[in-house]
Amino acid sequence: MSQKITSYPGHEITPEDVKEGKYLDVVYKFEPKYSWAAGVAISRFLAELKEGRIIARKCMNCERILVPPRMYCEQCFRPTDEWVQIKDTGTVNTYSISHVGTDARRLKTPILVAVVDLDGATPGMGILHNLGEVEPSKIKVGMKVKAVWKSSSERQGAITDIRYFKPIGEE
Amino acid sequence: MKNRVAIVGAGMTLFRRRMLESPKELSFEATRMALDSAGLELKDIQSVVSGSAPDAFDGIHMKGEYLLDGMGGIGKPNQRVYVGGGTGVFTPIGGWWNVASGLYDTCLCVAEEKMSPLHPHPQYAFWSIFDQILERPLGTTLLWIFSLEMRRYMHKYGIKEEDIASVAVKNKGNAVDHPCAQLGAKITVDDVMNSEPICWPVKRLDVSPPSDGAAAVVLASEKIAKRLTDQPVWLDGVGWTLDTTHWTNRDLAYPEYVEKAAWMAYKMAGIKKPKKEIDIAEVYDPFDYKELHHMEGLQLAGKGEAPKMAVDGVTQRDGDLPVCPSGGLLGVGNPIAAAGMMKICEVFWQLRGEAGKRQVKKDARTGLAQAWGDLMQVGTVAVMRS
Repeated sequence: MSQKITSYPGHEITPEDVKEGKYLDVVYKFEPKYSWAAGVAISRFLAELKEGRIIARKCMNCERILVPPRMYCEQCFRPTDEWVQIKDTGTVNTYSISHVGTDARRLKTPILVAVVDLDGATPGMGILHNLGEVEPSKIKVGMKVKAVWKSSSERQGAITDIRYFKPIGEE
Repeated sequence: MKNRVAIVGAGMTLFRRRMLESPKELSFEATRMALDSAGLELKDIQSVVSGSAPDAFDGIHMKGEYLLDGMGGIGKPNQRVYVGGGTGVFTPIGGWWNVASGLYDTCLCVAEEKMSPLHPHPQYAFWSIFDQILERPLGTTLLWIFSLEMRRYMHKYGIKEEDIASVAVKNKGNAVDHPCAQLGAKITVDDVMNSEPICWPVKRLDVSPPSDGAAAVVLASEKIAKRLTDQPVWLDGVGWTLDTTHWTNRDLAYPEYVEKAAWMAYKMAGIKKPKKEIDIAEVYDPFDYKELHHMEGLQLAGKGEAPKMAVDGVTQRDGDLPVCPSGGLLGVGNPIAAAGMMKICEVFWQLRGEAGKRQVKKDARTGLAQAWGDLMQVGTVAVMRS
C-alpha cells in the first residue's frame, strides 16, 4: 500500500455474521461424478499392480527407466520403447507426517507419506505413497523400504493395491 | 520489443480470511484504485489481463468471464492467465505481452481471489490438482507437496527448522506495517517451533493463511508513461517456465524451473550478477522455507545458503537484500493470484519510495517479484526498475 493512499477498500466478515443473518449467503453443493480412462501407460501399470508387480517404461534414446510409466518420453519427445519390470523396493527420498486429511480436517492417526525412489528405475524416479509399520520418529530420508501388498484376492488394479511401504532394516 | 513497459499505477484491497465483497466487487475496488493512482479512466485502457487461480475455490466455472466487468474488461481485448500460485506475477507478464509487442499502449492487469466460499476449507480445492489415478487415492492434501519438499530441502543441505522459522518471524513482523495485512504479528522462532505440527516438518506458523482479496496494476508504453508520471517503474524483464506434473521425479531440493524463469527475466533486463544487481526482492513465500528455496532458484543465494542470510538479517528491511518487505504471503495474506500481484505492487511502491513505514533502508533501484505454483512446477519472475 502506498503512503499516498489513506483508505483501503473491503469489509471483513465472520462465519458468525453469516450465521446471525447480518449478511446473506447462498449454499450449494456440487456433486458431479467422473469416470477417468486410466490411459495406455497407466492401465498397464495398474494391471501389473493387480499382479503384485511394478512396471516402468524405458526410453532407448535417453536410456531413462520411467515410473510412473508413460508412452512418450517428455524430454526426448518420442515414443518410449519397452516395458521394464522394476522392484517393489526403494529408498525414502523425502517424507512427512500428515495430521490433516484432504479437506484440512485434523486426523486422529497421522498419515505417513513419502516419495519413494524405486529400485530398478532411473535414480530419482519416485512415486508418492504411504509408509507403515514404522514409528514416525524412526523414519529417515535414505531409509530402504519395501512394498506391503494387499492379498491377490483384494487387489483391484489400483495404487492402493500396495498398502504402504515398510522399512527393511539395513541401509 | 517495440515498447519499453512501465507500471504507472497500483491498487489493492484489504486481505482477509473472509470478505463481504463479491469477487467482482473486490476486483472493482482494486482496479479503481490502480486507475486513480495512475490518473486514468477506463476509457484510457486499451486491453485487460485478468488473473485468478482455481475456479474450484468459488465454484464458478469460467471465472475470468464472470470477473470481467469488475475488472474493467467489457468490450476490450481480454485474456485470463492461469498458472496456479504463479498467476499473480504471470498477470502483469501477460500485460507486458500486450504492451511490449506494440499492440497496445495501456493495459490493466487485475488479480483476484476469494478462497472463503469453499467448505469445509479452501485446501479442499487442491485435492484435485494431484494425479487422479495414482495420487488422490492416497488421501492427498496440498500441504504434502510442501512438507515433502521442505523435508528434502532440509536433508540435502542440513538446514534446521529453526532457521527456516526465522523467515515466518521476519515476514509476519514486516506485515505489521502493511495496512492491508491479515496476519501481521510480532512472533518468535519459538512460537513457530511450538505451533501445531500440521504436516511435519510444516507447522501452523510456517504457513500463509487462506485469504480473500484483489490487487491491480496499470501498464503503459514508454510514450504514455512519461506523459503520466515522473516516476514510472519499468518492467524490464519477465520470465516464466513450467516443469512436468511428474513432481515425484524431480529434484525437490532445488527449483530448477524458477532458475530458468529468473535467467529469462535477468537476460531481458541485462542483469548478469543478480546477487549484486537486485536491490529488493518480493520472493514467493506461501511457506517460510519457500522464500529460501526460491531465493536459491532466483540466484540471490547459493544452494543451501539462503537460510544463513535469513538468520544473519541480510533479508531484513534494513539488510543488504531486503526480501518480502511487504510482509509477504505469510504476513499480508495469500489470496492466491492477488498475493502475487501484491508483490508486484510492493516493488512498485518501494521503488517509488512510497512504502512509508515499510520503506527499505537502502536506496532501491532494481527490484524483483516472483511467484510459484501449480504442482510445484511453475516459476514466474518480473524485474522492475525505477
